[in-house]
Amino acid sequence: MTVVTPPTPTDRDDPGAWILERAVSPRRRITNAFATTWMIGSLLLALVPVVVIATYVASRGASVMSLSFLTKNLPIVTQFAGGGIAPAIVGTLVITGFAALMAIPLGVLAAVYLNEYGRQNRIAKTIRFMADVMTGVPSIVMGLFVATIWVSAGLHFGYSGFAGSLALAALMLPIVIRSCEEMLKLVPDDLRQASDALGARRWRTVVSVAIPAALPGIVSGAMLAVARAAGETAPLLFTIGVTSKVHPDIFSGTNTTLSQEIWFNAQTPFAAAKDRAWGAALTLIVIVFVFTVVARIVSSRFASARR
Amino acid sequence: MTSLAPSPEHGASDPLPSTAGGVQVDRTFRAIAFAAGLLVLAILALIAYTTTRNAWPAFTHQGLRFLTSRSWDPNQNQFGALDFIYGTMLTAVIAIGLAVPASLGIALFITELAPKRLGSAVTYVVDLLAAIPSVVYGFWALAVLTSPAADFYGHISDTLGRVPVLSSFFGGPASGASFMTAGVILAVMIIPIVTSLSREALATVAQDDKNGALAMGATRWEMLRVAVFPRVRSGLIGAAMLGLGRAMGETIAVALVIGSSHKVTTHLFRQGDTMASVIAHNFPEATDLHRAALIGLGVVLFAITIVVNMVARVVANRSSAMSGVRR
Repeated sequence: MTVVTPPTPTDRDDPGAWILERAVSPRRRITNAFATTWMIGSLLLALVPVVVIATYVASRGASVMSLSFLTKNLPIVTQFAGGGIAPAIVGTLVITGFAALMAIPLGVLAAVYLNEYGRQNRIAKTIRFMADVMTGVPSIVMGLFVATIWVSAGLHFGYSGFAGSLALAALMLPIVIRSCEEMLKLVPDDLRQASDALGARRWRTVVSVAIPAALPGIVSGAMLAVARAAGETAPLLFTIGVTSKVHPDIFSGTNTTLSQEIWFNAQTPFAAAKDRAWGAALTLIVIVFVFTVVARIVSSRFASARR
Repeated sequence: MTSLAPSPEHGASDPLPSTAGGVQVDRTFRAIAFAAGLLVLAILALIAYTTTRNAWPAFTHQGLRFLTSRSWDPNQNQFGALDFIYGTMLTAVIAIGLAVPASLGIALFITELAPKRLGSAVTYVVDLLAAIPSVVYGFWALAVLTSPAADFYGHISDTLGRVPVLSSFFGGPASGASFMTAGVILAVMIIPIVTSLSREALATVAQDDKNGALAMGATRWEMLRVAVFPRVRSGLIGAAMLGLGRAMGETIAVALVIGSSHKVTTHLFRQGDTMASVIAHNFPEATDLHRAALIGLGVVLFAITIVVNMVARVVANRSSAMSGVRR
């Protein structure tokens, strides 16, 4: 290390600037500049895919987008143009929606147990740890799991939208638990103690104090989980089957989703099928982005309200 | 938060002491919440049980050769998964090699370089990367990336293909749909999670420690090296390992761009297959032993990702526990 000569007090406008401006050896200065370039460079590198993919999907998707594309049934033969993706839109919404109906209440309850009852006891720690681990279980394994327990083995219920909902719910559950628990953790204990002091029982405190106080954060975490589930393909391939007609009844009969239609059509060599896939991709991205952006807005409201 | 205070009527209509009903509701509520928590453990146990049970015919048919044999031929009832395990590892390692430096750079940009508002804007945009569905990544890469990639790989393999050892990794003929393309797409897909976990780890370093290093005359880089990196090392390792777990389990994007060849080679620029992509492509049509073998691939994948995730969480939690003590 070179000896740093302290600067004369007169030329010190910025108290830190002298280090970089004057007494630092070229080698150290170059290393530092190199590190700064690395940080900015990686940021630009990460921005490229978002911009490139978003604009490409938007331009390809827009060329097939029309009201009839969004409202008509899928064509029976994918290689010809025409038809729409309405069954896939309906399927995505109802299958994901039902998954959310199962995963969000259960996830919030589990988070309530972890943060309001279990806290640091051994079983709560185990559940917390395994929920973290469960977020890393590959989505295709969830698909195989539901296929083996519900669809074609185990209970043998066959393909249905609900089977897909089960797989998506299993994916969402740990995400909801962990984000909801983080939000409950942010609720100050003073509020709980005030509620206790008024004579409220624990469940009352949870339902009327802790959950309402954490609600915006819980909502935003749940919406991010929904957004992630809406884009999933792998858990659905072995669980929902295929259909070409709008089929809102998820409990019986096969179904389809936007993600699955992209997967099927993308692998065909036909231009019409690929166009359809781009249209479906644009629709899916819009749905997912709307959920993500709304979730962010809700959570930033929450952040500013807390301050 | 005015609405939070219980109304006075509530206290009057529901007096506190010893109403048995209140105790009962409390116990029930606790039991329901507890059951919801146990659901996590139950689902994980059920996944392990049902998949293993359904894969059992293939496991008993192949024995240990399921993991050690390279020949996978459904028509001959031969199921050796080694090539696909290799493919999964290779694509995940490529992804980590590319994503970790980039993610760490972005995380440092957010925590050290950017003003607060720019930092949160960047966080927002990086999170949007995670919002793009896997199938869209795969479709885009298949349609747009594979043909220029083939040319690019061709140039590299022309040069490196002549070097003795490197030729078995970079030699031609190059294909656009390959391990390398899959690895690159995976890297983009795991950048958000690795970045956000690295950022969390970096945020645990006290500002005083950084200021101390700066006051000693360190440049920003020297400050990071002396005051920040030693403290967050295990957090960063945990972040990288979680990224690795994600990359190994990612299915759809990989299945679209890896080229799906059962003849797996060491060449990074040729078609291959991973465990997840084999399952995705073949499971719907598979029957009997083939089907059991594909579920068996799922079991192996599940086991590997669970272990990787557990180790990663233990490592990452240790770092946050350590910084917790310091406060």
